Amino acid sequence: MTIADQVTGSTIAGTAGAKPAGTKPRAAAPAITLPAIGERELRLDLFRGLALWLIFIDHLPTSLLTWFTIRNYGFSDATEIFIFISGYTAAFVYGRAMLESGAVIATARILRRVWQIYVAHVFLFTIFLAEISYVATSFENPLYTEEMGIMDFLKQPDVTIVQALLLRFRPVNMDVLPLYIVLMLALPLILWSMKWKPDVTLGLSVVLYAVTWEYDLYFSAYPNGFWAFNPLAWQLLFVFGAWCALGGARRMSRILASPVTMWISIAYLAAAFYVTLTWYVPQLGHFMPKRIEQWMYPIDKTDLDVLRFTHFLALAALTVRFLPRTWPGLKSPWLRPLILCGQHSLEIFCLGVFLAFAGHFILAEVSGGAAMHALISLSGILIMWGVAWVISWYKRVADKSGAKTKNAVGNADLAGGG
Amino acid sequence: MKAKVLLSLILLCGGLAAATARAGDAAPAASAAPPACELPSYLLTSESQLPKVADAIKSGKPLEILVIGSRSTTIPSSESSSYPARMETILKEKLPASEVVHVSVEIQSKKTAGETASTFIKLMEAKMPTLVIWQTGTVDAIRSIDPDDFRGAVTEGVTALQKAGADVVLMNLQYSPRTETMISAQPFLDNMRVVAQEHDVPLFDRFAIMRQWNDQGQFDLFNPSRGPELAKQVHDCLGRALAQFVIDAAHLEPAQQQN
Repeated sequence: MTIADQVTGSTIAGTAGAKPAGTKPRAAAPAITLPAIGERELRLDLFRGLALWLIFIDHLPTSLLTWFTIRNYGFSDATEIFIFISGYTAAFVYGRAMLESGAVIATARILRRVWQIYVAHVFLFTIFLAEISYVATSFENPLYTEEMGIMDFLKQPDVTIVQALLLRFRPVNMDVLPLYIVLMLALPLILWSMKWKPDVTLGLSVVLYAVTWEYDLYFSAYPNGFWAFNPLAWQLLFVFGAWCALGGARRMSRILASPVTMWISIAYLAAAFYVTLTWYVPQLGHFMPKRIEQWMYPIDKTDLDVLRFTHFLALAALTVRFLPRTWPGLKSPWLRPLILCGQHSLEIFCLGVFLAFAGHFILAEVSGGAAMHALISLSGILIMWGVAWVISWYKRVADKSGAKTKNAVGNADLAGGG
Repeated sequence: MKAKVLLSLILLCGGLAAATARAGDAAPAASAAPPACELPSYLLTSESQLPKVADAIKSGKPLEILVIGSRSTTIPSSESSSYPARMETILKEKLPASEVVHVSVEIQSKKTAGETASTFIKLMEAKMPTLVIWQTGTVDAIRSIDPDDFRGAVTEGVTALQKAGADVVLMNLQYSPRTETMISAQPFLDNMRVVAQEHDVPLFDRFAIMRQWNDQGQFDLFNPSRGPELAKQVHDCLGRALAQFVIDAAHLEPAQQQN
């Protein structure tokens, strides 16, 4: 099995049937190819599940567990994984819909998904509003009169709530879903353009990214400032994910298989690790040339710094190389919780944000302390796993009774991601 | 980013070593620091220096300190217990009796760093301080000002203060666990650290210090009570820490200190 097969899974025995991926009836769109329908790409689920857990842990206050999240070992973090996989799976599912049922149907289905994500976002906002109102009414410590100024928006709920519905008012930790909504809204256009010429589409995406950096374009927020994740920059990862899903990964297989790529990736990851190390051990900073520091910092998350993007690419290249799609570990019960969470990403993401709120709340109301903190992190992850299990149980039951309607459209979960 | 990670590491160490002892009420007038104020020394030292403060004390000139801050520099209705007043008392105790120390406070509530910095030229002409302690960042964080703009404004402010001939100490945000999910403090903490490094200005890390107290259990900063007691104790400790920090950064020899 070649790397190409590992990347796209085009020749999994017994799933593709008699037709290899390239021979689907798709006369209208010779530019892109889709991997065969069949077994889920478990690696995508695995890493998305991992990203969801890491995002949850990163949203809690710093603790021992925080040191297991990848943002401490390099430039990129769970958000990159999440957006890339979301682009990949979204293109995979809706790209197929576009080829098989046409652009109108695919767009309609994408819009339905956007609506679901939007509703999920509003739901989370409601919970946030409840929490903040509680704090505003119960907490009057004179030490923090100034910080309570953050509650000022409660004085104008009309404006604030409307701004939240317009995605312009977004409290801390609620930035990912709006980004995802915007990216999904652009997906019909991306897919339509990919159907025409995938490489040109990726090129346009790079151009948009460059223009965003050059002219400092951004989405404004309420009451001021801008979106913490700039969709104009982050679209690059999303489009790149889509491009990979629609045949790009296969065409890159030679590059991915080359030892040169491997060594460049390893060298880059090691360098990034060293740089991160200088943040913890400032003494090492003396071995860091000033000029490099000046060029490198700040490593901007809002606009998806090139260093972050390349760091993600290096990670992905190594992962694809060393973790083949047929890796038996993917079926192991130990990774099952992660994969389950990754398979229901929108629900589990929202749950994670909610659990992070709840965790803060418990730490504030009941007690702090390292033990409590660890307990909260751990039970949060267990709850995410449990709920993911319950959701898939529902799906299994629902599938049994309504299999006819479900199967034709592929698995919508795969396109989730919020 | 650098600062964030560093801070996390520091906090991690702090968290691991968490002591359970909760300190009793501090007696604000006592010259020996109450145990609740204890801090690891790295939080009270800076590589940057305060040469003008050192000169003033060596040559016996009066030490005029101006604290520029927002609302968190005061305690509502109990001015004399706020940290600038406490710092003044402690400095007078620690410095030779002949040294004249005067602290004045300029509160610009609900003003961002940029809005505050624009008043500096006039302010400096009026007060002519030896040392300016500039507490900022909270209002910017609440209004989520663009962190780059914030950095620009702090840079501009620090430059203006230095040009007017004063030493500068930057003071960052309070650690406020209750509003942690609502106010994103990190970019502002990071940017203040960057400006402090670039301009070789000591940074009084109020955030890390208060977080240390909370994590160690010396103060319960989650406490919702309306009473001013907690605020008074925290400000007393902040005032002591700040006085120590200033003395340290001025590199005063023991002969120039009383104790």
